[in-house]
Amino acid sequence: MPVTDLANPTRFLALANRLIPWLGALTLIVFAYGIDRAMLAPDDYQQGATVKIMFLHVPSAWLGMLGWGVMTVAALGTLVWRHPLADVAAKAAAPIGAAFTLLCLVTGSLWGRPEWGTYWVWDARLTSELILLLLYLGVIAVWRTVEDPSRAARAVAVLTLVGAVDLPIIKFSVDWWNTLHQGSSVFRLGGSTIDPSILMPLFVMAIAFTLLFVTLQLAAMRNEILRRRVRTLRLMQASAVS
Amino acid sequence: MNPLAAILIRDMRIAIRVGGGALMGVLFFLVVVTLVPFAVGPDLALLKRIGPAILWLAALLASLLALDRLFTADHEDGSLDLILMGRAPLELVVAMKGIAHWLTTGLPLIIAAPLIGLFLNLDPPAEAALALTLLVGTPALTFIGMIGAAIAVTLRRGGLLLAVIVLPLTVPVLIFGVAAANAAVVGPVPFGTPFTILCALTLASIVVGPFAAAAALRQEME
Amino acid sequence: MFSGLGFAVASGEALIVTGRNGAGKSSLLRMIIGFVQIAHGRIELEDGDPELTVAEQAHYLGHQDALKPSLSVSENLRFWAGFLDADRTDFRPELDAVGLNELADLPAAYLSAGQRRRLSIARLLAVKRPLWLLDEPTSTLDASAQERLVGFMHTHLKEGGIILAATHATLGLSGAKELRLDNIQPVAVEAAP
Repeated sequence: MPVTDLANPTRFLALANRLIPWLGALTLIVFAYGIDRAMLAPDDYQQGATVKIMFLHVPSAWLGMLGWGVMTVAALGTLVWRHPLADVAAKAAAPIGAAFTLLCLVTGSLWGRPEWGTYWVWDARLTSELILLLLYLGVIAVWRTVEDPSRAARAVAVLTLVGAVDLPIIKFSVDWWNTLHQGSSVFRLGGSTIDPSILMPLFVMAIAFTLLFVTLQLAAMRNEILRRRVRTLRLMQASAVS
Repeated sequence: MNPLAAILIRDMRIAIRVGGGALMGVLFFLVVVTLVPFAVGPDLALLKRIGPAILWLAALLASLLALDRLFTADHEDGSLDLILMGRAPLELVVAMKGIAHWLTTGLPLIIAAPLIGLFLNLDPPAEAALALTLLVGTPALTFIGMIGAAIAVTLRRGGLLLAVIVLPLTVPVLIFGVAAANAAVVGPVPFGTPFTILCALTLASIVVGPFAAAAALRQEME
Repeated sequence: MFSGLGFAVASGEALIVTGRNGAGKSSLLRMIIGFVQIAHGRIELEDGDPELTVAEQAHYLGHQDALKPSLSVSENLRFWAGFLDADRTDFRPELDAVGLNELADLPAAYLSAGQRRRLSIARLLAVKRPLWLLDEPTSTLDASAQERLVGFMHTHLKEGGIILAATHATLGLSGAKELRLDNIQPVAVEAAP
């Protein structure tokens, strides 16, 4: 099926309806495998089993940023290519990305508390991640406040492109500033510094999280298309009664 | 149905359905608190000390935001005309609008405050004291604020005038709210002293606010 | 605004206020309600409730419709009826009378201007008040809705009500008196500060 078919909401709905159950099942399977591998991975000699929060914390950080990446592509779709489903994708991705970012902040906070003695520090990595959450919430606020969906879409698209500057800040914050947060250990020049027995479950969990994102994204887009249809039907209902 | 119940239910319905509802105020609250470490630096000991004050200031500003629409929305669509033609006393109608405003703006702030206090490294006793002072003090912010909202009702750019009028009037609430929140953590003043004064301020504002706001609304309608 | 203005409208009578734009038709209605100050003179509702002001015994259909877009059609009507002391909660007959029964659960944001006007008119039917003050009541209404409105006005008059309507349009209200504001002595208004 050509990609251009996806531009048609009805065909998209049909595709989404077929894909979502399979993707959901696949997500569960990969999560099961990933959690199993994560439980078998060795404990940290200092932190003990607490280190395993990492298997939630790190992937949710990545997915939080991926969500904004999806919104950025959608923003270009709205402003540059005028793809009909671009704003639907953007609106759907925002709460999902926000949820992953919030999960990242909460798991990180719980993980850091025993070591740092506090639930929060205002260091560069944590602060830039919090800023990302605030940007997400701001975008969601615009979606909910502006009445007309297409005007909201254009405003959000601009906001998304501007906010995308936070993503490299988050990534490089541990390099550019003195932070309490640990430095880059997975994606760095010269290869990862993590032992494969931990790295492998981490990647499996990352794939599981990504599948979860895709499943939720498709479901959210389906909901948004249906919501817009309800709105159109209501407008038609009002004009049908003289 | 009782006219006062009718307006309370209507205002709450609108507040919950429109825009971001209660969450917009909480988001603003969070944003203001996030700005502070950028301004004063990330020293956690300092933030812990000024935490209650920051949270009170942020709650005050967030409350102020929603006050702008308290009467102007009704004025703009002609509802205020009809409200004035109803048989329920305007003072009570205004008080009901104030209660709806507090339930949909103040109460979410009170619930969010302890969580946001974590960002400022507050300890549990400080969190508890802060939540209690906000619970008692935020109604005062609503009922004092409505006076400014009524005065500014016919103005297009009423928001700034509203802030200029209302903020000085809320200073006593701010003083005793922060004093009570701090007293619970740092001695030597016992928590009860500023707290009871805060209660008194709130009770007084619940009476004075609606009368002053109703008088201002009647003036503006001519 | 004007001076030397006097009129009486009896139970079962209607007064149509006409005049060019700016003559003060809307202001006259708002004076009766009490929203505009009267320098000299008074307004009285004889044999009305002495405890209530004139405004509290009147319905006002102004330029705006006083509807909240986020509430449904029936929620809007139920609010005003409840606020104006009706003791019922079901207003399907009134919604039916204005032809909005099918849209009862639709958010008011979706209504056209004429439908919003009709919802406002339903308010007049839902709560009984003796005096109706109508400002351009037929604006935005199509021909059949206008006919229905005139029907409601006739019914209100038959029940002993009073109507003052400011309008450019011909309402076709039989037996109505007319007050032409163009003939009234204009008075310079002091500039409001």
